[in-house]
Amino acid sequence: MNTVVITILSLSLIGALAAVILYLVAQKFKVYEDPRIDQVEEVLPGANCGGCGYPGCRGFAEACVKADELGDLFCPVGGNACMGSVAITLGKDAVVKDPEVAVVRCNGTPEHRFRTNHYDGATTCTIAHNLYAGDTGCEFGCLGMGDCVDVCDFDAIHMNPETLLPEVIDDLCTACGACVRACPKDIIELRKKNKKDRKIFVSCVSTAKGAITKKACDVGCIGCKACFKVCPHDAIVVENFLAYIDPVKCKLCRKCVVVCPTNSILEINFPVRKLKVVTELEEK
Amino acid sequence: MASKASIKILPVPSMVKIPVAQHIGTPAEVVVARNDQVKVGQVIAKSGGFISSNIHSSVSGKVQKIDKLPDASGYRQSMVIIEVDGDEWLESIDRSDTLVTEISATREEIVAKTLEMGIVGLGGATFPTHVKLSVPKGKKAEVLIINGVECEPYLTSDHRLMLEKGEEILVGTQILMKALDVSKAYIGIESNKPDAIQHLSGIASKYDGIEVVPLKVMYPQGGEKQLIKAIIDREVPSGGLPIDVGTVVHNVGTTFAVYEAVQNNKPLFERVVTVTGKDVKDPANYMVRIGASVTDLLDASGGIPDGTGKIINGGPMMGKAIGSTDIPVTKGTSGIVLIPEDKAKRNKIQNCIRCGKCISVCPMGLEPYLLMSLSELSRWEDVELNKAMDCMECGSCSFTCPASRPLLDYIRLGKSNVLKIIRSRNK
Repeated sequence: MNTVVITILSLSLIGALAAVILYLVAQKFKVYEDPRIDQVEEVLPGANCGGCGYPGCRGFAEACVKADELGDLFCPVGGNACMGSVAITLGKDAVVKDPEVAVVRCNGTPEHRFRTNHYDGATTCTIAHNLYAGDTGCEFGCLGMGDCVDVCDFDAIHMNPETLLPEVIDDLCTACGACVRACPKDIIELRKKNKKDRKIFVSCVSTAKGAITKKACDVGCIGCKACFKVCPHDAIVVENFLAYIDPVKCKLCRKCVVVCPTNSILEINFPVRKLKVVTELEEK
Repeated sequence: MASKASIKILPVPSMVKIPVAQHIGTPAEVVVARNDQVKVGQVIAKSGGFISSNIHSSVSGKVQKIDKLPDASGYRQSMVIIEVDGDEWLESIDRSDTLVTEISATREEIVAKTLEMGIVGLGGATFPTHVKLSVPKGKKAEVLIINGVECEPYLTSDHRLMLEKGEEILVGTQILMKALDVSKAYIGIESNKPDAIQHLSGIASKYDGIEVVPLKVMYPQGGEKQLIKAIIDREVPSGGLPIDVGTVVHNVGTTFAVYEAVQNNKPLFERVVTVTGKDVKDPANYMVRIGASVTDLLDASGGIPDGTGKIINGGPMMGKAIGSTDIPVTKGTSGIVLIPEDKAKRNKIQNCIRCGKCISVCPMGLEPYLLMSLSELSRWEDVELNKAMDCMECGSCSFTCPASRPLLDYIRLGKSNVLKIIRSRNK
């Protein structure tokens, strides 16, 4: 009986002593953490994709709390709604940005762009890009080994086995920019998201001279400036034999699409054109 | 294969495309314009910095244009395209075959000459020779090593050169010795070339301080660090240069070019290129003008045989396959190797079985499997810590891997990223 009592007492004593020591140590080495960091992290999507430029959502939350103004701090995944709640939590001004979506600027499918050699090395685009220009005549085009697919945390980009090009699923894309950074050829661009996911863009990044581009690929931009001349909104610039449509200035009028002789300007998610409009424009 | 026949001279092609970046370092700056008439040996692009080199015209004729054309990698780079008209050499070049053994040039003149004549390392790395000859302050060269190992299997250009231009190579060695102010030089030759060893030893006895060293046949003994270890048993520290252990290494091809530059005033506008392969009709070594296309070279050796799966620019271990033969021969082109289709493809990549073969075979003592995993995970800082920059890309690891893993591809990727980190750190 005595042994039982002694055991209980001594163990309780050790427990109490340990509790006191732990309390004192916790007080001594206490790290103050702004409770707002937790609050901000709560409203963030928790994808930890790194799209904001910070290591994970926690890192971004810390940066938001630390910063005087939210300014450049923006979570592309959560978008304006998420940044609005962050702003309310912290009592700072909200940043409003147009939602964006990743766009693949190469349309060199096998039928448009012939293979000139066969690549047999390690199957990542970065290695192939460091090694040589690629298995087609175009040194700027998509290598088709899917580095962009590998890095996507949202399952929003996939290789199409027929075209051998990546395709973005607009609804899943969060514009985190991982694929943009992964692509060694700088083909993927984040562009403004329009109503009904409508898109008009030059699906080519070749800065080679027109004749060289044309020889390598049927649908490459040859820098003829036809689109530049027809654009009523000054949204198109042609530099280094390559046209670029400014996504902000573009009003989606589709005039450039019709005049492009190589069909390198794509229109996506638009209703089918009325035949009359097309013929009218062609006559001009 | 190609080592039996003597070096053939490839006829001057009708057009040459001469790239302005044929060496490691800053590309040269073009000094000719469209429609200019040029002679053989005339400077067409001037050295663009300390680590850079002059580029000379290899033919006489009219500059057709200066344009961007695909090089061996398929990427476009600046080239001077010259339409050939006759074969008129600069008067200053001594074209006679007589051997000039007396070295009248001073040390400074020799270094200046190698710069002026655009001499770069012809073993494959194309490092400007004048930089190697300018020993940095506080360091002293004690021995000169001439690399007659022939960097890779299949290639025989250095072998033929040693047999045919032995005397010139020995005088070239003397010139390099004078430039570096050393009294001892070794010529390392692997023992699978007994004729070259015998030939050069015979001549070397006439010269003071030059010794021919027969070496065991081993790949990659043509790497300078391996050669230094084999000949004088000194180890170059990690990240260091041969000069850190008192040596300078030059290839026999470079030595011959130095002889021609200093004694004959002849710029580097032609080189010996091996064309070989199992089914090649006429495998041989050719003296080729820089800028001649690989197509010309292959036509001369009997065309591309049927069933060729891969054409390699360089040797089978370190060379890179080319996507088109319409590319120019440059100062760094040591050989063109044609591989039949059934041997051209890589095996299926399998998982690493941790056998450690890549580690035991690595001449630099690295851990290729580890470097590959780190590269796959994009852990570039760790790639650097594991001495990826010591890798000389000999390809032994990929060659030996029983799981056919693309070790070298990933190490190259790691190296290029580490280089970016190092550069951004130095800024």
